[in-house]
Amino acid sequence: MAHIDLLNEQPGIRGPMAYSPETAKPLNELAEILLRTGNSTLTKGDRELIGAYVSYLNDCFFCQSVHGAMAGHYMECNIEQIENIKKDFMAADLSDKMKSLLTVAASVQKGGKYVTNEQIEDAKAKGATDKEIHDTVLIAAAFCMFNRYVDGLATWAPTDTAFYVNRAPMRAADGYIGSVSVK
Amino acid sequence: MAYINVAEGVPGIRSLVLFRPETGKHLYDLAQVLLRGPSPLSEAEREIIAAYVSNRNNCKFCTYSHAAAARALLGAEEQLMDDVLNDTDTAEISGKMKALLNIAGKVQILGTEVKPEDIEAARKEGANDLDIHDTVLIAATFSMYNRYVDGLASLTPPDRSDYVDMGKRLAEKGYAVPQPPSKSETAKN
Repeated sequence: MAHIDLLNEQPGIRGPMAYSPETAKPLNELAEILLRTGNSTLTKGDRELIGAYVSYLNDCFFCQSVHGAMAGHYMECNIEQIENIKKDFMAADLSDKMKSLLTVAASVQKGGKYVTNEQIEDAKAKGATDKEIHDTVLIAAAFCMFNRYVDGLATWAPTDTAFYVNRAPMRAADGYIGSVSVK
Repeated sequence: MAYINVAEGVPGIRSLVLFRPETGKHLYDLAQVLLRGPSPLSEAEREIIAAYVSNRNNCKFCTYSHAAAARALLGAEEQLMDDVLNDTDTAEISGKMKALLNIAGKVQILGTEVKPEDIEAARKEGANDLDIHDTVLIAATFSMYNRYVDGLASLTPPDRSDYVDMGKRLAEKGYAVPQPPSKSETAKN
């Protein structure tokens, strides 16, 4: 049971978002730009993977399940493959650039000051642009927020992975704005 | 120097928002609604939570700027901000604020660190669902802003005195999306 009465039964972040639509609006608009639109040269799969990976590091079941399923949808791989990437991305079939960006994201998850000049230089050497580095850091930082919002209020989350996998195509088509139904 | 090519001389999150205005707009909208919009918590209380979390995250820019905003909002009671940063236990704030700061501190570590007893303690001091919701979201949000500002090594003015005017502006005008310097200002520089 959630720590507060959210006045709705929606899972994960959608519970507090429906409870507080004023704050949900910029939160969803931020997610939309970071993950779907925003003229990014990172693919939607890349961006969802960063979100899923940071959520995994933050041990947030709901967010890593949602965004892991989204990454799998875009990358056309199954959820087991996504699980393996989360556990050891260096061993995964990803570009060197993505590996260096995931390294930066992992540092952001620990704290902003954990990002080192060497990590940034490595990402640039692997072809990452300033905008890609910016977006990686902001996606990782934003998930450190979303994860804390979801778990800090002890929201409920479906335990069946299929729930998230089945919903991913709809979310991919519809986007994050309007993902919350307000009573 | 920042890790990416942002405008020189522009501090903290302002430089990042000018670099990427598309995301910056929503980051500022979020701060405005969360710290200035409707809430059972006063604007000063919300800025105190923001500064407290930023301090725990070791983010100097956010700590100094939001502490300055809190001092400007507290007026004659501005010392309370420093007391909270020094030691929440001895600071002369309400029992409710102490219990909410305890929750904010747990959120700063990780969401799952917030336990039912933390929530119960806040309720006993008079906190309602909205107080708790807003506290959790402010603490979560600053766990983002702090990482954004430091993760890109944005410019951080070194002294507390550098933030006084910023604090006054945030207290009076709130969070308006930074605009690029005008051409005349650029010419002066």
